[in-house]
Amino acid sequence: MAKTLFDKIWDAHVVKRIENGPSVVYIDRHLIHEVTSPQAFAGLEKRGIPVYQPKKTIATADHNVPTINQHLPIKDQLSKFQVDKLTENCEKFGITLYGLNHPYQGIVHVIGPQLGITQPGMTIVCGDSHTSTHGAFGAIAFGIGTSEVEMVFATQCIMQPKAKKMRITVDGQLGKGVTAKDVVLYIISEVSTSGGTGYFIEYAGSAITGLSMEGRMTVCNMSIEMGARGGLIAPDQLTFDYLRDREFAPKEKEFDRAVEKWSELHTDDEAVFDKEFHFDASDIEPMITYGTNPGMGTKITGKIPSNGDANKSIEKSLSYMGLKPGENLIGKEIDYVFVGSCTNGRIEDLRAVAEFVKGKQKADNITAWIVPGSKQVEQQAQEEGLTEILEKAGFQLRQPGCSACLGMNEDKIPQGKYSVSTSNRNFEGRQGPGARTMLASPLTAAAVAVTGRIVDPRELI
Amino acid sequence: MAKNKFHKIVTSAVPLPSENVDTDQIIPARFLKATSRDGFGENLFRDWRYDARNEPIKSFILNDGKFSGEMLIGGKNFGCGSSREHAAWAIHDYGFKVVVSSFFADIFKNNALNNSLLPIQVSDEELALIFASIDDNPSSKFEVDLESQQLTILETGHAISFEINPYKKECLLNGYDDIDYLLNLKAEIEVFEQNNA
Ligand code: SF4
Repeated sequence: MAKTLFDKIWDAHVVKRIENGPSVVYIDRHLIHEVTSPQAFAGLEKRGIPVYQPKKTIATADHNVPTINQHLPIKDQLSKFQVDKLTENCEKFGITLYGLNHPYQGIVHVIGPQLGITQPGMTIVCGDSHTSTHGAFGAIAFGIGTSEVEMVFATQCIMQPKAKKMRITVDGQLGKGVTAKDVVLYIISEVSTSGGTGYFIEYAGSAITGLSMEGRMTVCNMSIEMGARGGLIAPDQLTFDYLRDREFAPKEKEFDRAVEKWSELHTDDEAVFDKEFHFDASDIEPMITYGTNPGMGTKITGKIPSNGDANKSIEKSLSYMGLKPGENLIGKEIDYVFVGSCTNGRIEDLRAVAEFVKGKQKADNITAWIVPGSKQVEQQAQEEGLTEILEKAGFQLRQPGCSACLGMNEDKIPQGKYSVSTSNRNFEGRQGPGARTMLASPLTAAAVAVTGRIVDPRELI
Repeated sequence: MAKNKFHKIVTSAVPLPSENVDTDQIIPARFLKATSRDGFGENLFRDWRYDARNEPIKSFILNDGKFSGEMLIGGKNFGCGSSREHAAWAIHDYGFKVVVSSFFADIFKNNALNNSLLPIQVSDEELALIFASIDDNPSSKFEVDLESQQLTILETGHAISFEINPYKKECLLNGYDDIDYLLNLKAEIEVFEQNNA
């Protein structure tokens, strides 16, 4: 029978099907971080059992770490305790940890691909919803809860029903200044924040395969913002080239053998999806969000929708955001620009911002933070001279971590302030209590940093 | 490890009609620094419940003395966003045993089921009936019977049947736990590993 890419990988990992119940699914790679793992470790201790396959789990500290002076002890006592607990648990249970100050430390979804831990055909889970990022390599990757983290520790398996299948095809050529982030913000605005619930999405079409690996990761990353379990893209030559010579990728002959296997990972021609969407790349423009969920986005030159039908949710969102229906977004004054996160904290994103701001200055009213997704990104940026360009332009370069993406550490946007952010969530309070977040691409963020207000980046490139 | 068994309950309910309630609202990230599962109820809906000076916001449902009970009724697409299981812990820790909505985000639903918190999905119309009943009478009572998969609005006698995966139902009724189940499959898991090495 014709199978989708998702079917092929999922079916190959089912250990057992429970009648009228979920499937027992084998997990190839498990990524953990300090926030969603301690209770799972505690569960193992309570049961008196070890981690079954400690080599298949990799840990890092990212959500709750400071992004300045990482060499000093963490000031916030609760954060310090949580990060220390991770170190202690990893030692006790024999798990490799790329903790603070390790050259591989970084946001879990940035380091996995960068180190070649993420590979086509794998099942990958993490106690974090943006695990979908790894789908860019043709893997089934999705976020799980802490009870499931404990399941993976104990048995290398989880129990889940198979998701339904959706394909989103974007064909055509993206216009000047239109990036992967704009593609995915556009898709979410069309499909809605719940439109993907229950589905696993395959992204296809020439506009998708035309993206870099970083761009593909940005798209897969935000699959969860449509409610989807995850998103994936069939691996191709670009994927293989990206993985070659990465630390944990197979080497030499083994790599060639792996590529042969990976090349079979695509959806059969006759395979059927439960739902399909088709979009045209030429309809996509630079996007920005105006509301309090990632589906409330519009082209940057657009107006905030009028709530003619007295939609309560829009009203509540706009009042939180201090915006009015029908208002133009262009020209709106902004206070903060945040470039970073597992959506747009990779080297390509830093390059895009640096290229734009080179020889320019950030506007006086803007505080601009740029946070590399990992130590490796940080170092590469240094080597490529990006750091210098960014600092000269007035950006504050911070150290790797989730930072203002979720406002868990001290990197918070103050109450009532507007932030144009390259992260993935604009929920109320996501970047700090009362913070007003507008999601956009790194290019748009760079343009806003320089002009101090919302601007169409196409006018400046 | 055995969990609490889910029994039939009769309770009043707390209505939260907002749509797309995300897990960042249920429990904001800055309260995720704990390393145990307990105590999250205190910060449930923190930023909707308290203002910047930590004063309770009177109009918020959890501060409104009119509403109480073991059942939380949410608007459509409840629990979207972050996968944090802390959201399910917070709701359960606060004292809720059931969450009703016309649509749940996937991961939240899974997390709830893994924590003896029963997510009941009803249609938009049924959800409206439930809200209406609480509107009429804030202490309106409901019966939730997992065995027969029915939620009854006791004021009107209107019974709503709901779906639940038969395996998960067994788990909730008997207090079974997925990890115990998986640990018993160890031999099969090893065979799978050998065949796929
Ligand atoms: S960067 Fe943001 S979205 Fe990504 S893992 Fe960290 S907190 Fe989650």
